[in-house]
Amino acid sequence: MNEVLNLSPQDWLSLFTHFALLSLLGVGGAITTAPEMHRYLVDEKNWLTDASFSSSIALAQSAPGPNVLFVALMGWNIGLRAGGGLSAGPLAWALGMMGVLITMVGIMLPSSILTYKATQWTHQNRDLRSVRAFKSGMAPIVIGLLVSTGWLLSAAHHDFQQDWKAWLVTAAATVLMLKTNLHLLWMIAIGGVLGGAGLL
Amino acid sequence: MTSEESEIRLPQSKTELFVAFTQMALQGVGGVLVIVQHELVNRRKWLTQAQFVEEWSVAQVMPGPNVVNLCLILGGKYFGVAGALAAVSGLILAPMLLVLTLAILFGGVSDSAVAQGALKGMGAVSGGLIMATGLKLSKTLPQSPLGLWLAIVFAVITFTAVGIFRVPLIGVLLGLGLLACLLTYRALGRAAQRDEGDAK
Repeated sequence: MNEVLNLSPQDWLSLFTHFALLSLLGVGGAITTAPEMHRYLVDEKNWLTDASFSSSIALAQSAPGPNVLFVALMGWNIGLRAGGGLSAGPLAWALGMMGVLITMVGIMLPSSILTYKATQWTHQNRDLRSVRAFKSGMAPIVIGLLVSTGWLLSAAHHDFQQDWKAWLVTAAATVLMLKTNLHLLWMIAIGGVLGGAGLL
Repeated sequence: MTSEESEIRLPQSKTELFVAFTQMALQGVGGVLVIVQHELVNRRKWLTQAQFVEEWSVAQVMPGPNVVNLCLILGGKYFGVAGALAAVSGLILAPMLLVLTLAILFGGVSDSAVAQGALKGMGAVSGGLIMATGLKLSKTLPQSPLGLWLAIVFAVITFTAVGIFRVPLIGVLLGLGLLACLLTYRALGRAAQRDEGDAK
């Protein structure tokens, strides 16, 4: 992690175009393209170490905000490395910010333009039978998808013998959310404290 | 107009959009969808449950981060391109500065056993919260043109395919999604014919 990366303008450009391409492929969120990002950034280009790739994802997930921010952290780590690391001073920080800008604009702009245009079109044609069929026809599918997203997040704890406590926490969170008005942040905090104390 | 629809209020300005999404993003640890659904439907009442599912369907099907897409769609619906920019920058800006600060301060910490444990605990809770959100939204299924039972069958098959058998999302959207939309299209056509028949 200590050696300085030499990034040419072409390298920055290909970083941008790669993320812009992934933006259009990321149905279901940017995280679905994470394996491809890993292949490109870690295996092919060696711009990121395996460790900083994983901790970018982990940190973004444990902090508030949309999960797509893991992309900003990757851009930050790449730029910082190109500038010689955090201790190298303002130039390195500026390169870090440039990395953030390039990766975030890359991952968000193409999909956002496409979504905006598509929404405009569906809004103008909202009375068409096909548009109404799409909007209400997808409802059961996206509801099933949501439940499975939650399920898969929990099923990462697959060894039931060892992970029954984590499952218990998941079940408790589900019931509390459905039956009470307890603030979501409290529930997340309690889960974090239980896990951090090594109880799960 | 149902009583639920008559309670709908709309955001008054782009500033309100920006501030509201900043607040939601900063409360959303481990993903923002749960808090966004809760705030938009239950607290701020910008959307009914059914409208939320419709907008979410579009956000889910288009490439790009789902919650970013949702903000973009809503911002665009209320105030055009400027509204979309206000909503998305509200969602992204503050959490991004926060997560970068965290990366600078605690860059190495996220690999420690305590942080990993806390992440596991928070993951277990957010898994439960996302499942609960899906279950809450399933209250809109009786409004489906497919009829309640067929809608439930689609939701359950989707969950089984993605949650249990790990079928890739794109396959489910193109297969089950398309089928559900086609059946809905036919059901809407029949309903229209029936209405015409009644009118005569």
